[in-house]
Amino acid sequence: MAFVLDDVEEAMRDTARKWTREHAPVMQLRALRDARDTVGFSRAGWRELARLGLAGVTVPERWGGAGLGFAALGVVVEELGRTLATLPWLSSLMGTEALLGGASEAQRQAHLAAVCAGVRLMTLAHDEGHRHSRALPSTTATRSAGGFVLRGTKVMVLDGHVADAFVVSARDGEVTALFVVAAGARGLGIERSQVVDSRNAARLTLDGVTVREADRLGGAELLDRVLDRATIALSAEMLGSTVELFERTLLHLRTRRQFGVPIGSFQALQHRAAQLFCEIELLRSVVREALVAVDEGRSDVPRLACAAKARASDTFALCAAEAVQMHGGIGVTDELDVGLFFKRARVTAMLFGDAPYQRDRFARLEGY
Amino acid sequence: MSDFRGEVRAWLEANCPASMRSPCRGEAEWVWGGRRARFFSDDARLWLERMAARGWTAPTWPRQYGGGGLAPDEATILDEELRRIDARAPLKSFGLWMLGPVLLEFGSEEQRAEHLPKIVRGEIRWCQGYSETGAGSDLAALETRAVRDPSDDRTWIVDGHKIWTSHADKADWMFCLVRTDASATKHEGISFLLFDMQSPGVSVVPIRLISGASPFCQTFFDGVRVPAANLVGRPGQGWTIAKALLKHERALIAQARDTATAEEEPLEAMARRYDVLGDPLLRDRVTQANLDSLCFTLTLRRSAETAQSRGQPGPESSMQKLYGTELNKRRKELRVAIAGYRGIGWEEPGFAPEELQLVRDWLRSRANSIEGGTSEIQLNIIARRVLGLGDGRS
Ligand SMILES: Cc1cc2nc3c(=O)[nH]c(=O)nc-3n(C[C@H](O)[C@H](O)[C@H](O)COP(=O)(O)OP(=O)(O)OC[C@H]3O[C@@H](n4cnc5c(N)ncnc54)[C@H](O)[C@@H]3O)c2cc1C
Repeated sequence: MAFVLDDVEEAMRDTARKWTREHAPVMQLRALRDARDTVGFSRAGWRELARLGLAGVTVPERWGGAGLGFAALGVVVEELGRTLATLPWLSSLMGTEALLGGASEAQRQAHLAAVCAGVRLMTLAHDEGHRHSRALPSTTATRSAGGFVLRGTKVMVLDGHVADAFVVSARDGEVTALFVVAAGARGLGIERSQVVDSRNAARLTLDGVTVREADRLGGAELLDRVLDRATIALSAEMLGSTVELFERTLLHLRTRRQFGVPIGSFQALQHRAAQLFCEIELLRSVVREALVAVDEGRSDVPRLACAAKARASDTFALCAAEAVQMHGGIGVTDELDVGLFFKRARVTAMLFGDAPYQRDRFARLEGY
Repeated sequence: MSDFRGEVRAWLEANCPASMRSPCRGEAEWVWGGRRARFFSDDARLWLERMAARGWTAPTWPRQYGGGGLAPDEATILDEELRRIDARAPLKSFGLWMLGPVLLEFGSEEQRAEHLPKIVRGEIRWCQGYSETGAGSDLAALETRAVRDPSDDRTWIVDGHKIWTSHADKADWMFCLVRTDASATKHEGISFLLFDMQSPGVSVVPIRLISGASPFCQTFFDGVRVPAANLVGRPGQGWTIAKALLKHERALIAQARDTATAEEEPLEAMARRYDVLGDPLLRDRVTQANLDSLCFTLTLRRSAETAQSRGQPGPESSMQKLYGTELNKRRKELRVAIAGYRGIGWEEPGFAPEELQLVRDWLRSRANSIEGGTSEIQLNIIARRVLGLGDGRS
């Protein structure tokens, strides 16, 4: 019964829900934004969540992780999505997955425990252009004595402004290679930028950064693995945000009265809400299937990553647009949280490739 | 592998004829059973007989009524094993899909013992007498009436008509909604009646669809005499039974669409054949449809798992009906779009049979979002029953 949550997952969901409501409510995002916080999330909150196991949900226990799978991770991040929690779990996941998938024993020893404890943050630095691409990076890795020299620019590096280390993709001749680069490395420039959803991403300039042979993690296969898993996990977070926003909108439809009746009694709105309900049901199914597929080590993970993210992008955006419209005037005010969800929908749609990108990749994977 | 799975697999290996292990090539190969049953092949007859003998045409019905007596998880295993070998449905039947489940819930012991075994074996073919010219979406407005024979209160006399009655011209019996109490409210005056289509006073006139086929009829009742024992439940309980049956019907329509999609040539294969994959818009539409089909199939599986303990289809059957039929329309539209000039033919010569079928299927698909309750009605049900949107009074 892969689609039905088991008891452990149910318990995790309840814990996560309680925790996010208390420690990472939407109010917190607002407060961080209004204070122009340069970190963009609560460090104490992140350490606390790490203590509960979230920084290393998928990391085996011997490396300091919780040793659970993606199905469990999905249950938790769905809850984080409900409150638009800005905690850096996604960047952290990309860091740990890169280490788990490609690192040597020594590299894992060096990084994993600290990352799982939430005291060290590692993130992926891959994108370079105006949108996500999996083509060979432009950033170059040139062989030099005992290692490589990296040159290039990376954009939209999630939480890059506070990361302690990066997994940087580069081209080594005609193949992709991933390297671990410390935030303090000579020749590395980090520039914080604020995104419309009040989160931070960085632009990295690698101006002759030297790395050792031992800092090399793997190639295109590893990058695909990390990106596919991150895409699936992000889709789970998007599902959570979508469901929360839909529930808030339904409540508004039931309680806001015009013409002497609740606006939810107008068929024009009822039908749109019902359509949205169907789309969200399909989203829930495909997200769950993708999470379970990762845990089962199935070969259709890449295809399901595309399927989940294509639908998550479209459905979250549709829900956000409908939510704004159905709230009327208040829906476009900063005071109401709906706008925060609306902004988040746009950002998440772009991360790791938007819906048309995902459909194109799905088609390629299917051989057409 | 569980013992049961092993047993099922071995039995199917020995009993499912080789020619029944591939999807039907068109509706002509479907088996509907009934007094005037037509079998496409001897294998089709044999396959039905063998499955019916085990009660596996109705896997979860109790054995005493000829069913398989399987627990839900066993039925799932049987279903999986049938899919594994691409086995055809041995029997398509309104009796299996719609009437049987409500007889199990509302029928008398006599009614179950009389009708269920014949449904399992495909001996009697049923049709559904719900819609009338004045009562479509507003089904409870129906006017066909049944009154007690003043000289014999063990008999109802039915007068009126039904319309859009699928396969009325080929069916043996009808389950029919009739008004038995003109003084009661719209919903409370309705009863659920079963009668033989050969009864004096029943006549049918086929109606042709835009696809050219005539799968349904207008059905007239002129003083049809029906034994009182053929009334299911209590007089006035018809609406409750009718709604329960509709849930089964909707879940079924969704599933049928899902199966039909699985049996079709994949859209991308067709697009390659017609050399249109280079068109980025068409390619994206193909992918969008494929992804939606994938997500929909997963959703059916998820609902099945969730409902397994509950047994009865819930309001999610409306969601499935709505999404499944709208998706099917979209896919059929896409097929004729891919075929271009080859997708607008009506008759030979000049077009291949499968191209003509494409067009007929496209036209037929337009009825999917009307039959079994229109898409708008499903949206109403979802909004009110699932989402709790209403006028605030309820
Ligand atoms: C191929 C086929 C097979 C069928 N088989 C059978 C059968 O075997 N037995 C049987 O009894 N019936 C059968 N039907 C009938 C079917 O159930 C009805 O056609 C259907 O319920 C719609 O009723 P109607 O045709 O009167 O349309 P109407 O009810 O007149 O609907 C017309 C339009 O108005 C819309 N509408 C109506 N009410 C509302 C509302 N409250 N809110 C918003 N929109 C609304 C509808 O959605 C539709 O778009 C079949 C129909 C088809 C097409």
